[in-house]
Amino acid sequence: MRHLMSPLDFSVQELDTLLNLAGDIQADPAKYAKICEGRKLATLFYEPSTRTRLSFEAAMMNMGGNVLGFSSADSSSAAKGESVSDTIRMISCYADICAMRHPKEGAPLVASMNSSIPVINAGDGGHQHPTQTITDLLTIRSLKGRLDNLTIGLCGDLKFGRTVHSLINALARYDNITFMLISPNELKIPDYIRTDVLEEKGIHFKEVERLEDVLSDLDILYMTRVQKERFFSEDEYIRMKDCYILNAEKMQLAREDMLVLHPLPRVNEISVEVDKDPRAVYFKQVQYGVYARMALILLLLEIKKW
Amino acid sequence: MDNSGGKSMLNVGKIENGFVLDHIQAGKSMSIYRDLQLGQLDCCVAIIKNAKSNKMGKKDIIKVECPVDIVNLDILGFIDHNITINIIRNGEITEKLTLRLPKEIRNVLKCKNPRCITSIEQELDQIFMLTDPEKEVYRCRYCEEKYTL
Repeated sequence: MRHLMSPLDFSVQELDTLLNLAGDIQADPAKYAKICEGRKLATLFYEPSTRTRLSFEAAMMNMGGNVLGFSSADSSSAAKGESVSDTIRMISCYADICAMRHPKEGAPLVASMNSSIPVINAGDGGHQHPTQTITDLLTIRSLKGRLDNLTIGLCGDLKFGRTVHSLINALARYDNITFMLISPNELKIPDYIRTDVLEEKGIHFKEVERLEDVLSDLDILYMTRVQKERFFSEDEYIRMKDCYILNAEKMQLAREDMLVLHPLPRVNEISVEVDKDPRAVYFKQVQYGVYARMALILLLLEIKKW
Repeated sequence: MDNSGGKSMLNVGKIENGFVLDHIQAGKSMSIYRDLQLGQLDCCVAIIKNAKSNKMGKKDIIKVECPVDIVNLDILGFIDHNITINIIRNGEITEKLTLRLPKEIRNVLKCKNPRCITSIEQELDQIFMLTDPEKEVYRCRYCEEKYTL
């Protein structure tokens, strides 16, 4: 039995298998419409996340499976003080697979250590968000045709943005990747990503404060929200949130084939006028997210082989 | 053992069978006593503080009269790899162990990340993994936060 805690849990070859399966699902969804009949997915969401939870639930329903779970800690036994270990032991009796989001980092790992069903980390604090990463990889590979030889701009909250950390870890395994890290000084990537991943692997990267300075170099621009819940003070949040806004004017600086991705939800970091630009693919990304999660569920349930 | 203390060193008696932790940084012996859980042993344990040392000026020493394999000494490599371990058999030093950094440290260090699951679930083992032996970096098993002293 396998779990998914980090994008690095899967080898590059295994990720290829997963992305190929997702591609096949996209090409012929009807073939997979009943493949999970009689199976149940538990969505254990200790903090609100409509998008990721619904994506998992849609993925399971698309394959004829059922879903159960909770969408906030208040409506779970956690409110009564139940530990993650006890909750997963109980859920293991109800469901065949589970997706867990938790505000505390490492909570899904604790679950996986006590579970008799596969556990998927659906986001743990500012730590990891592997299914978003698989979604991002699937989007890039499907629309760019490759995952190597890319210059990727990551913009916004690079300090607390777990999607950014996971994506850097995942893309660092492909050849000839360059990262442009665009953030205010206060929200730079954590040291451990800089030293243990980028410097350790000799990956080319550049840290800049202005989006305009590197926009024309990018194959991919990955925008992130400056998340209010990651700040300790309201004042600090208000000061930083408008730093990096992508609008139609800035898009003129970008290449014609550059793609704009965003893990969503968007607040105001991408103006709505950009939505009409064919390079804006963040809503397609949502659809790819469902295919990626369908493929993941099939592989972890061992309905499909690695 | 460093015999530089000479006549002024307090004599706590020789060990027949056991081990001596020598060259402990002065003042650190009590925390090592706690980290190694020596208080739980049912044998003779002697702590010598501020002994004179040619090499260090002052040092602490811990003498323990029990087989060395009863104690998990791995943590010492993390605390201070300059500590030397002398194994005593029949009153003589028969072996000197060199310290290595342990791959895993369990229930000795505490994760300081307020966002870590261990901050709210106290019954979890506190586990740190050696992620970079060269730079001697340990990270929390759960949240991967780097341990800093």
